[in-house]
Amino acid sequence: MVDNELKIELGKQGILVTTIEELYNWGRRSSVWPMQFGLACCAIEMIATTMARYDLARFGAEVFRPSPRQADLMIVSGTVTKKMAPQVVRLYNQMAEPKYVIAMGACAISGGPFKQGYNVLKGIDRYIPVDVHIPGCPPRPEALIQAFMTLQKKIDGQPLTGEGRPRFLDADAQCEFPVPEQGAHDLEPPSNQGVWPVEIQGVGSRERRDIDGRQVSTDH
Amino acid sequence: MSVAETRTERSAGWNRPPAVEPEGEGELLEVAMGPHHPSTHGVFRMDVSLDGERVVRLKPVFGYLHRNHEKIAEGVAYLASMPYTDRLDYFCSLTNNWAYALAVEKLAGQEVPARAEYIRVILAELTRIQNHASTIGFLLQEMGASGTPLMYAFREREKILDLFESLTGSRMMCNYMRFGGCRVDLSSAWIEATKKVVAGLPAFVDEFEALLTGNEILMARCQGVGVLKPDLAVNAGISGPMLRASGVNYDLRKVDHYGIYDRFQFRVPLGDHGDIYDRYMVRVLEMRESIGILNQALQDIPLGPIMDAKAKLRGFRPKPGEAYGRIEAPKGELGFYLISDGGPNPYRYRVRPPSLINLTVLEDMCLGHNVADVVLIFGSVDIVLGEVDR
Amino acid sequence: MKTVEEIKAAIEAAVPGAGVTVVLNPSPSAQHSLRLEPAHALAVAAFLRDDPELAFDYLSNVTGVDWLDKEIAEKVKVTRQVTKTVDGPEGTKLEQVVDEIVEETRKHVEPGSLEAVYHLYSVALRHGPLVLRMRTVNRTDKVELPSLTPVWRAAELQEREVFDLYGIVFTGHPDLRRILMWDEFKDYPMRKDYVEPDDYEYEPTAHDAVLKRAQEHRSREQGSRD
Ligand code: SF4
Repeated sequence: MVDNELKIELGKQGILVTTIEELYNWGRRSSVWPMQFGLACCAIEMIATTMARYDLARFGAEVFRPSPRQADLMIVSGTVTKKMAPQVVRLYNQMAEPKYVIAMGACAISGGPFKQGYNVLKGIDRYIPVDVHIPGCPPRPEALIQAFMTLQKKIDGQPLTGEGRPRFLDADAQCEFPVPEQGAHDLEPPSNQGVWPVEIQGVGSRERRDIDGRQVSTDH
Repeated sequence: MSVAETRTERSAGWNRPPAVEPEGEGELLEVAMGPHHPSTHGVFRMDVSLDGERVVRLKPVFGYLHRNHEKIAEGVAYLASMPYTDRLDYFCSLTNNWAYALAVEKLAGQEVPARAEYIRVILAELTRIQNHASTIGFLLQEMGASGTPLMYAFREREKILDLFESLTGSRMMCNYMRFGGCRVDLSSAWIEATKKVVAGLPAFVDEFEALLTGNEILMARCQGVGVLKPDLAVNAGISGPMLRASGVNYDLRKVDHYGIYDRFQFRVPLGDHGDIYDRYMVRVLEMRESIGILNQALQDIPLGPIMDAKAKLRGFRPKPGEAYGRIEAPKGELGFYLISDGGPNPYRYRVRPPSLINLTVLEDMCLGHNVADVVLIFGSVDIVLGEVDR
Repeated sequence: MKTVEEIKAAIEAAVPGAGVTVVLNPSPSAQHSLRLEPAHALAVAAFLRDDPELAFDYLSNVTGVDWLDKEIAEKVKVTRQVTKTVDGPEGTKLEQVVDEIVEETRKHVEPGSLEAVYHLYSVALRHGPLVLRMRTVNRTDKVELPSLTPVWRAAELQEREVFDLYGIVFTGHPDLRRILMWDEFKDYPMRKDYVEPDDYEYEPTAHDAVLKRAQEHRSREQGSRD
């Protein structure tokens, strides 16, 4: 392994030293294509982010793909209702790995201002794992850009082997998540315990899984 | 057609969409467009039956963004619903605010000072301009002109959003109007900045029109497509630019004389054919009229208070009764219907969403056209899902 | 525009036995309304649309209102016969029956109803609004009202919405299905007695109401686990 300072020094001399991992992640992070998928008000700010003033293209993410098969990133931009939630999970399942999720806005995180609604899902992370949350109602375009950079940092930091490697390099990792059913009164189940391990105070701790679906220690 | 003829047609159920017979034999192709579809502006679904390329049946499916606005509003105080109205039609939060404030003012019998009325007009017309510009941008995006028109529209929209932000603190969710007035006063610097932006708008509309109005592709795809007849439009409760594109002269700014619109000179653009092109043209002309209103309002805005002195913000409990207030929002007639039982919350809170009701005739307009035109016809209705499903 | 009383008279002249009542609105908006008998509603609606002086050709808004069963406590004066002991002659006690007026609270339940409200305008004559109302018999089984969609197409989606959220069944509606909620959904969420599904599991929130629900949820969950 070349030490970092030496690498920078060599770079100044015009010599490029890199690792497969760096090169690979550099490629992945520089062309994250989001899915063209807007849910509510936040989607308008998402569109504004791609327009001339904020210009998301600077981050290699201007190509919004209408098809989930061609997208790497799902920006859940807006309120997920219970009528829509199964479709969101289905779309997520249809995306090819590697795939990432940004929950944009208060609604996608927790239901936001509409939390008390009977038809509002109280946070998309009840059904699918989320990589970056952006608070705000709606988050400003700058906040979305910040989330994007956070995601790029995360991609940059993923090792290709060993612990913490991305899901698509891990044969055991779960890539598809169960789609909830629309029942007579509510979604069934109301949350996917695999990704939404709710701690209930006073009740013994339960099995927890981390974002990639692996089991983590259960005592707290 | 004579009136007697319309009568007989009515009794024969004329207000149902006409049946289109498939030409060939065999199965129809059933396509679900949405709820995730690049052309649906969000989460809307159309179940379309196709005979080859031709649409023979179209059923809209709603509710993917049903956020229970009305139920939540019945559980909170009157003022607490104001920020929720921002999120109905999230392109035009200020006109939503106005409609709700107007309904409550009717319910409680409140007056609005002149300066506040001027501020409301200025903000509403700015909202109308940015809404129409973005709508046309999206329509063109759907036609395949990906990028340029929408970029132009959003460039202008950002300028207007900057004005909103410096006044209200938020780009989109302004939460600005109050019952009996407005929340903060305009500074003279704001008025100067607005004058500058407004002075630049005619050039923008000219540029937009130079790009689009005479464009051959636009004409070929829009003229004669998605025609809506005026009698059906009125019967189906269509409102806003869509109604006027069908040639019905009904603009609530002129009809209801709400606010202070009587003080301004403006014309109501009308269409002739009721097709997509007319809807596009009516929107462009409305932008020009709005610029005219803005110039007059910025010129004459008086000094004075911006809140009704008698207005109560805390402990606001209107007397039992009900009121329906409506305004000409950029998308059409936006109304609020409130029933008070004397308590701090409305007993019944209802939004009359223009976007939803304008979709009543979607099937009628689409039948017999190609599936590619469905996308355009839908885009020309100008809906926002937050308002369709609430 | 004619006043509601004049419109009422015009309707009664045109549709005999229409049974229209004026409902006054005490608020400053003074938008009074007419309550229609469901049986004649369709005829009245067609008259309102086609009459050249009224010409209500534009149906703006359709909505539902839920009026719960009301328990009305009334104080009534009743005369009852009570037996009293009175002092008789020579120190004896006598039992005597006398009439006495007492106040009694009687409770009776006024059955609630679901109401459909229509706001009409005229595009031709530029007047309005005229408010029409119709009530169902009760909130449980007799919830049918005639649909006005055959007269005004504008009612089509809005009546579907009222059906979905309030459960008013509009007879004669061409396509009465749920519109906002999914088809398998069983409840009518806008009714005042609707109980939301309990899904407030973990709520770091500033909203007191939400916090309370989350705490209730937790205590329930705890109870079921113990
Ligand atoms: S977070 Fe706010 S802006 Fe975003 S979808 Fe929810 S309500 Fe709309």
